[in-house]
Amino acid sequence: MIDFSGLTLAERILSARSGARSTAGELVVVEVDQVMVVDSIAPSVIRRIHEDLGGVIKHPERVSIVVDHVAPAANVEVATTQQQVRKFARETGVRLFDVGRGICHQVLMEERLARPGWIVLGSDSHSTTYGAVCAFGTGMGATDIALAAVSGRTWLRVPETVRVNLVGERPAGLSAKDVALHIIRTLSADGATYASIEYHGAEGFTKSERMTLANLAVEAGAKVGLVAPDAALAREYDVPDYLQVDDTATYLRVVDIDLSTLTPVVSVPFYVDNVHAVAEQQGIAVDQVFIGTCTNGRLDDLHVAADILRGKRVAEGTRLLVIPASSKVLEDAVADGTFATLLAAGAVFGTPGCGPCMGRHMGVLAPGEVCVSTSNRNFMGRMGSPDAKIFLASPAVAATTALNGVLSEPAVITEHLTEQTHV
Amino acid sequence: MSDATTLNRRIWKFADAINTDDILPGKYAPFMVGEDRFHTYAFAHLRPEFASSVKPGDILVGGRNWGLGSSREYAPQALKNLGIGAIIAESFARIHYRNLLNLGIPAFESATIPAQLNDGDVVQFNLQEGRVTHGDAEYQLTPPPAFLQDALAEGSILAYYRKYQRFPGEK
Repeated sequence: MIDFSGLTLAERILSARSGARSTAGELVVVEVDQVMVVDSIAPSVIRRIHEDLGGVIKHPERVSIVVDHVAPAANVEVATTQQQVRKFARETGVRLFDVGRGICHQVLMEERLARPGWIVLGSDSHSTTYGAVCAFGTGMGATDIALAAVSGRTWLRVPETVRVNLVGERPAGLSAKDVALHIIRTLSADGATYASIEYHGAEGFTKSERMTLANLAVEAGAKVGLVAPDAALAREYDVPDYLQVDDTATYLRVVDIDLSTLTPVVSVPFYVDNVHAVAEQQGIAVDQVFIGTCTNGRLDDLHVAADILRGKRVAEGTRLLVIPASSKVLEDAVADGTFATLLAAGAVFGTPGCGPCMGRHMGVLAPGEVCVSTSNRNFMGRMGSPDAKIFLASPAVAATTALNGVLSEPAVITEHLTEQTHV
Repeated sequence: MSDATTLNRRIWKFADAINTDDILPGKYAPFMVGEDRFHTYAFAHLRPEFASSVKPGDILVGGRNWGLGSSREYAPQALKNLGIGAIIAESFARIHYRNLLNLGIPAFESATIPAQLNDGDVVQFNLQEGRVTHGDAEYQLTPPPAFLQDALAEGSILAYYRKYQRFPGEK
């Protein structure tokens, strides 16, 4: 029987999975519940599996490959590697989610391949997303992923934990993206390096919003971003008893984020933690608005955009690109009219997947262009030309910007703030 | 001490927060441009002259949070293909640090040494002893954690696993 008292969520999961009480700084070797591989990394992973590790995958049912980073293929090189990936999946029996099914993290969540207490390794840094359901989700490179696929195990250093308490009432219209960017500004881009971020007080956030929070944990350097389980999670999943934290855990740092004081923000090029109020940046002319990605490409994100754009048109000279995070998001958006609303407003749609997020296809930027994006990185050259600029924002800011053609604060927020000022 | 470990090494100095898109922009991934030439795009945006003028054994020196961003192992793989001798930084991002060690690229964390070295400096570098000599100044680097050294002693974590069918420290 393991004594879980005084342990953080990360320590609890790694203790349960290693079979012994484990605390920050220790190294553990644990069984992995799901190994996720994306198309762009798959060739390197497959080569290591075949050339270095004997080619046998211990638990094929615990391995999923998702073709999402350049889907459909943009050139012959990419098409050829995707052909190899499909062959590999057929031969080994691992799960394959092919072109159009959606972005890896969204797909694994929809398929319930990440669950409370699970260890999920992804060949993509935003694998922290699985922390939304308190799965230990973390990103690794091709060698670690190949080893995990073949052995069914991985080694992990038990991380210290930065505890983030969300307190105060969230203003109407303030998005999870705004909250996540505020947290990154507070911690900085390396404020949680090697650490777990543990979110408390997220009861008022939907599952999709929790995914946005956990997704962006890696932008503060974190290994995992774990949202503390609550009744809503327990309604949807079996939550192991050991995932209930007591108040005696040891934290590297405890940060209170008072939601009632927050306003919409953008990450200004070229750093995610270069976070400023939208109000300070308003009026910058924008060539392209991109709504999508594992951070903000879900149905609720498209709803926010549709509500702002309903019956209106995207500004002349600005392109609005919408890429649903998965085929399910797309189907739901078609079924409830969201797709038609956005289409009527002038949006252009792409195949569910990562789109132009990392600058490979479907909306790369030219020199001098400005993009407002709901994605997660605004590094120099990330979406194409190194002379383009990317501002990261919420779907509400993105949609309002598309409407006005210039970086703009959403009306609902402006009204709310005006009300507050006048009361 | 062999001559190979003490040859003159050029320092390439970088700023804080060098991200994986700086090291290898996403559009130049091997599966986009080919396994044989993706490394020629290392630092293509930040320092376009880098890939064509860097010499095997040269040392990269960075500031805080070297390698933040993507899990793409082909970013450090590009540096390995170019023969980079070592990376010394004030701190490393987590996924990238694992990738560097998995590929066998020596990575050293130091709060003070990066500030002492400048772009274009020529130093003597002894990998085995973890020592950098620049003129009269000598700097001692801290080796990676013992657990990782066990893996590196076998060549790499892949080689270790292949030999023992377990991870270092695992019973």
